[in-house]
Amino acid sequence: MHIPDGYLGPATCGAFYAVMLPIWTAASKIVKKTLKAKQVPMLAIGAAFSFVIMMFNVPIPGGSTGHAVGGVLVAILLGPWAACIAITVALVVQALLFGDGGITAIGANCFNMAFVLPFVGYYLYKAISFNAPIDSNRRVIAAGVAGYVALNMAALFTGIEFGLQPLLHHTATGQALYCPYGLNVAVAAMAGEHLLIFGWVEAIVTALVVKYLQKHSPELLEEKGGL
Amino acid sequence: MKIITKLWIGLGVLIVLSPLGLLLPERFKAGAAWGEWGAEEIKELIGYVPKGLEKFSSIWSAPIPDYAFKGWEQKGMGQLSFAYIISAIVGICLVILIVLLLGRLLSRRK
Repeated sequence: MHIPDGYLGPATCGAFYAVMLPIWTAASKIVKKTLKAKQVPMLAIGAAFSFVIMMFNVPIPGGSTGHAVGGVLVAILLGPWAACIAITVALVVQALLFGDGGITAIGANCFNMAFVLPFVGYYLYKAISFNAPIDSNRRVIAAGVAGYVALNMAALFTGIEFGLQPLLHHTATGQALYCPYGLNVAVAAMAGEHLLIFGWVEAIVTALVVKYLQKHSPELLEEKGGL
Repeated sequence: MKIITKLWIGLGVLIVLSPLGLLLPERFKAGAAWGEWGAEEIKELIGYVPKGLEKFSSIWSAPIPDYAFKGWEQKGMGQLSFAYIISAIVGICLVILIVLLLGRLLSRRK
């Protein structure tokens, strides 16, 4: 889901940086108000977890690969704004140090994976687990559903961003300048492979860790006051 | 053991297991992620390299491209797995350092 350099035109890249700037600003302000100093190590672990889980490329035999983001779990534990910051740090390091995701596409990649994903995941988890006891199975199911839906929403946005490029930029002869595949192909490919395979990886990872924490550290699952 | 210690250990286990993310795609003959092809792959797919893509695709030269050391492209899976683990360690250390710095700036003292 890491859009590389050259797949999005300058207008799209600029637009997503412009969209992310106020989101990053809001995230800093809100986290500054709510994050306690003793939660900082958890935030670091969350960012590191997201970074390393994205290295676990899952193959579709004979086809492409994909991966979980781990961001829904971070959002459940620390709230969507803190998760936004944690995932952004992971994505920036991946782009700058490892060329995983383009530097011109950091805005777009952060919008998909550090904004859409943790917010969709967080609120879906909150809605499904509403009033459920900390140790209830409904929380595990809520975590799984949130992981599945959130990763797929992020993939859908990625597909749309890819797919808009042939409409926005092409030569006089109709050759693509950036991503050559239109909405029908890009959205179908991104949505299809995440609905079929990769969404389940995020679902299982999120649900399993929530289940583990119910047993070993239930206090982490308690309400954090909308951090 | 405190939960935070267990989570650090879990992170260490993930680092050691990370080469699975390299070996499984190799084993099942899976290529690049959709939309993350190099210029050569895209030429095979559609017959040409889009002009803008060609221009911008090499705008940034990452120090550890694709979690492998430069010049190691032809190395075997064993060495690439080693590079993958080192990449995970370097990446995680940097991520943690940045978050701790941000945390100092952003968190409440009490």
